[in-house]
Amino acid sequence: MEDDAPVIYGLEFQIHIIDFDDENNIISKNVLLHQVGEIWHISASPADRGVLATCYNNTSDSKVLTCAAVWRMPKELEPGSHESPDDSSSTAHTLELLCHLDNTAHGSMACVAWEPTGDGKKVISLADNHILLWDLQESSSQAVLASSASLEGKGQLKFTSGRWSPHHNCTQVATANDTAVRGWDTRSMSQIYCIENAHGQLVRDLDFNPNKQYYLASCGDDCKVKFWDTRNVTEPVKTLEEHSHWVWSVRYNHSHDQLVLTGSSDSRVILSNMVSISSEPFGHLVDDDDLSDQEERRPEEKSQEPPQDSVIATYEEHEDSVYAVDWSSADPWLFASLSYDGRLVINRVPRALKYHILL
Amino acid sequence: MAAAAAGPGPGSGPGDSPEGPEAEAPERRRKAHGMLKLYYGLSEGEAAGRPAGPDPLDPTDLNGAHFDPEVYLDKVCLRGVRVGGPGPGYIALPHHPSDFVAGLRRECPLAQLMDSETDMVRQIRALDSDMQTLVYENYNKFISATDTIRKMKNDFRKMEDEMDRLATNMAVITDFSARISATLQDRHERITKLAGVHALLRKLQFLFELPSRLTKCVELGAYGQAVRYQGRARAVLQQYQHLPSFRAIQDDCQVITARLAQQLRQRFREGGSGAPEQAECVELLLALGEPAEELCEEFLAHARGRLEEELRSLEAELGPSPPAPDVLEFTDRGGSGFVGGLCQVAAAYQELFAAQGPAGAERLAAFARELGGRYFALVERRLAQEQGGGDNSLLVRALDRFHRRLRAPGALLAAAGLAEAATEIVERVARERLGHHLQGLRAAFLGCLTDVRQALAAPRLAGKEGPGLAELLANVASSILSHIKASLAAVHLFTAKEVSFSNKPYFRGEFCSQGVREGLIVGFIRSMCQTAQSFCDSPGEKGGATPPALLLLLSRLCLDYETATISYVLTLTDEQFLVQDQSPVTPVSTLCAEARETARRLLTHYVKVQGLVISQMLRKSVETRDWLSTLEPRNVRAVMKRVVEDTTAIDVQVGLLYEEGVRKAQSSDSSKRTFSVYSSSRQQGRYAPSYTPSAPMDTNLLSNIQKLFSERIDVFSPVEFNKVSVLTGIIKISLKTLLECVRLRTFGRFGLQQVQVDCHFLQLYLWRFVADEELVHLLLDEVVASAALRCPDPVPMEPSVVEVICERG
Repeated sequence: MEDDAPVIYGLEFQIHIIDFDDENNIISKNVLLHQVGEIWHISASPADRGVLATCYNNTSDSKVLTCAAVWRMPKELEPGSHESPDDSSSTAHTLELLCHLDNTAHGSMACVAWEPTGDGKKVISLADNHILLWDLQESSSQAVLASSASLEGKGQLKFTSGRWSPHHNCTQVATANDTAVRGWDTRSMSQIYCIENAHGQLVRDLDFNPNKQYYLASCGDDCKVKFWDTRNVTEPVKTLEEHSHWVWSVRYNHSHDQLVLTGSSDSRVILSNMVSISSEPFGHLVDDDDLSDQEERRPEEKSQEPPQDSVIATYEEHEDSVYAVDWSSADPWLFASLSYDGRLVINRVPRALKYHILL
Repeated sequence: MAAAAAGPGPGSGPGDSPEGPEAEAPERRRKAHGMLKLYYGLSEGEAAGRPAGPDPLDPTDLNGAHFDPEVYLDKVCLRGVRVGGPGPGYIALPHHPSDFVAGLRRECPLAQLMDSETDMVRQIRALDSDMQTLVYENYNKFISATDTIRKMKNDFRKMEDEMDRLATNMAVITDFSARISATLQDRHERITKLAGVHALLRKLQFLFELPSRLTKCVELGAYGQAVRYQGRARAVLQQYQHLPSFRAIQDDCQVITARLAQQLRQRFREGGSGAPEQAECVELLLALGEPAEELCEEFLAHARGRLEEELRSLEAELGPSPPAPDVLEFTDRGGSGFVGGLCQVAAAYQELFAAQGPAGAERLAAFARELGGRYFALVERRLAQEQGGGDNSLLVRALDRFHRRLRAPGALLAAAGLAEAATEIVERVARERLGHHLQGLRAAFLGCLTDVRQALAAPRLAGKEGPGLAELLANVASSILSHIKASLAAVHLFTAKEVSFSNKPYFRGEFCSQGVREGLIVGFIRSMCQTAQSFCDSPGEKGGATPPALLLLLSRLCLDYETATISYVLTLTDEQFLVQDQSPVTPVSTLCAEARETARRLLTHYVKVQGLVISQMLRKSVETRDWLSTLEPRNVRAVMKRVVEDTTAIDVQVGLLYEEGVRKAQSSDSSKRTFSVYSSSRQQGRYAPSYTPSAPMDTNLLSNIQKLFSERIDVFSPVEFNKVSVLTGIIKISLKTLLECVRLRTFGRFGLQQVQVDCHFLQLYLWRFVADEELVHLLLDEVVASAALRCPDPVPMEPSVVEVICERG
């Protein structure tokens, strides 16, 4: 597989596909038109790399409704395809609409989340105070509302963000509304847990630890990033307070979950090393049975060094608020961040840390 | 001379002429006479040589051969001058008497010479008659003296005869006496022998009577007497026990003695009597030769019984219910009852069983240790009940007494370690008191906070102007300080000179430095800082469980502590407790740093909380409004006015406690500033919606270039201790929120214009609060620019119209 990192970000009415060639350090771009409206959320299908879902504003009669749809991009632009588009900047391709997630009865869509390990048939979408589970049928050309649940309570409750847990056979979804984080079981569509007042103010984003069950990171307007064990929701396991303004996005590294990326409207991206709560707390897991006695000593000696949670790096390349950060799905040491001023920054994990983790 | 004067008493009377000293006494006269002679140039020796009778050679004899009228005259004249009064002859006093007589003869007229002569004759006569009188007197005295001597001679002769007779008589008597004693000698010896026999018999009788006597004594209860008898007889009986009769007596005695001992023991065991009687019993038993070891065992057992009685009564006083007598009474009772008893026992024991040696002393020490331990346990229980009380003086007095009372047994029984144990208890209590005071101070601090909360909450209900924050701050500060001082004073009692334990090393060193200074004062200040900081960490960040004014007040309080109070309080403590201990103590600077950090955190939190309040208002106002279908703006929205009002209120609030601070120099027409920046060149590029791929690049470039020239705004940056910095922080947070919220919405044309109006309004009023007005401009520009970017139909309002609307509203 080519060492390519497809990163997708949305701007008004356009979807750009950025190809980053790590070996040659070349960035190339393809533009897809998204004619139905401005995009507020975008997520790619884990099963089919040509399929993605967007949440977009549909403005009509001085009313804004955020809708969601599933799209397929043209074959030749699919990431990983070898044929390099000749002059990408000159031609704009069009997305092929697969289906709408009909939300007329439920209100504005806040986000769409794919089932992480399935066959790309299940999608969760959050619309106002409803959580909707869709079944995509007939190669995603038809979306059927499988089940739904809604949040009842006083005031106007609105989901802001949601993530699908990769654990427990993908039966759990976490959502955020106002200051609370809730867990849902997708089989019964009932609430499993609820972290009231997870943050002092609005919760902006969530992410599940990909390697460690029950572990969940959240971030919000109180400038904090909190790590939770969903079995005990009274206290966060850990709290980071490195940002000086709202934290908009938090992401675990897909393979080394001690690496946590956060983006904030103080226009900084911070890469933290949360060794103490990662699935590999001492840098690397050693299987005792496979080792001879002598070799067994060494990891013990090494483990004497206390694991320190620390900020690895603060990236200040952005001049305005950073609204999205994500890791490359192809290279675990690569990540990108996107800010308000339209700047996309691709960074690597520092080499020293990389070797420290690997060796 | 005194004897002579007394002797011839009758003779001296008439002769004593007052004229001259010569007449006083014969001897005196003779002496005077001698002097007279000396005066006339004759030695006394010559005069003595010829005692009586006219001497032809006597110059004083007028008829003598050597009489020299010249000399005589001279002398007489001189004498006249000296003795007599002024006479006609004394007109001029020549230097020499002969000169005088010669002068007299030469110079005086005859009549005057004649007068002199008659005068002289008169004097001579007077002298003669004087002399005669003297001679008579002397003669009489001499006669009487002779008579006396004669009589004495006779008497002596008679006495001699008497003495001789007496001597003969005495010889006769001696003779008789010797004879009598010779005759009596024989009888005397017999009598002596008889007396000896008599004594022996009496002793024997005593011995024979001994059993009955002992029995009687025992019956009468005169044990002391009985023991004495027994003691007297024992040796004799021991010696003669081989004689059957004595043996019988001894046997009898032994039987009785055994009974006696038994009775004594009985009495001893019954133990109704007090300690002195007990001691007496033991003494008697010892005298009876009972085994000492057993006795001291019993003695101690008995003493234990009594002391345990005391302990029980003390324990009863403790009781399950709250103790009726106060702690002073309790320790008094314990001191007099138990400790006194213990002292008595120990003293009696040491007196009685001194012969026991170290083993006995060890036994006593163990005894005292055990009972003392129980006593201490009781005292500690009682003192523990006292821990809650606030009165230190009573406690200290009680401890003092307790400690003092235990000194005596401590000195008596050094091995038992009672004094040390007592000191330990006192130390423990002192430590606990310190802890108690620390708790008290903390509670007082929390109480103050509650009061402040109430004061802050109450006036809002009443609707009138509440007490000023400065006033509240002063109240809190003074109240805490007075509590600290009261605690110091209360704790100081432990180190007062008159308290018996104050000179123990613990109270001189560790108590002062580690206990009072570190534990109490430093501990309190630390806990105060922690309490204050806990307000920052409280989970109620959202609800604002802590009123912001309280945060502000606490922050100022901590800052004041940093600047003055901490060093004052520590100096006060050091002075009062004269810390001599060398152990390391927390320096003032560390504490100050902690207080400052607390103050800073509190103030930062205050900024966050207040910023959040305003942010929420702004956010709600942006989120709930339908910006697409809004009408053309006519007014500034009410929420903006509210924001300005609230900011002004915060400004006033902070101004009560913090100084103004410095702000950057600003242009005079800052309020007149218009929206030139975003309404002109910069926005043109952005507004033009472009679908060509190159256009966004230009936009980015423009905005980035713009940003290159403006400093990055750190929204939640640390604040400084002044009003401007605080307000800047709050406004920064609020405006940044506004910015982010605006970016999440889509605006219609009039929505954009409304934002324009609102921002201009904010600009008009907020610049004055912040340190750098550029900051406000920058953020507001950003807001309007973002709104424009979020608007599909961006037609900005004319700046002049905006101004008009703002000035109207």
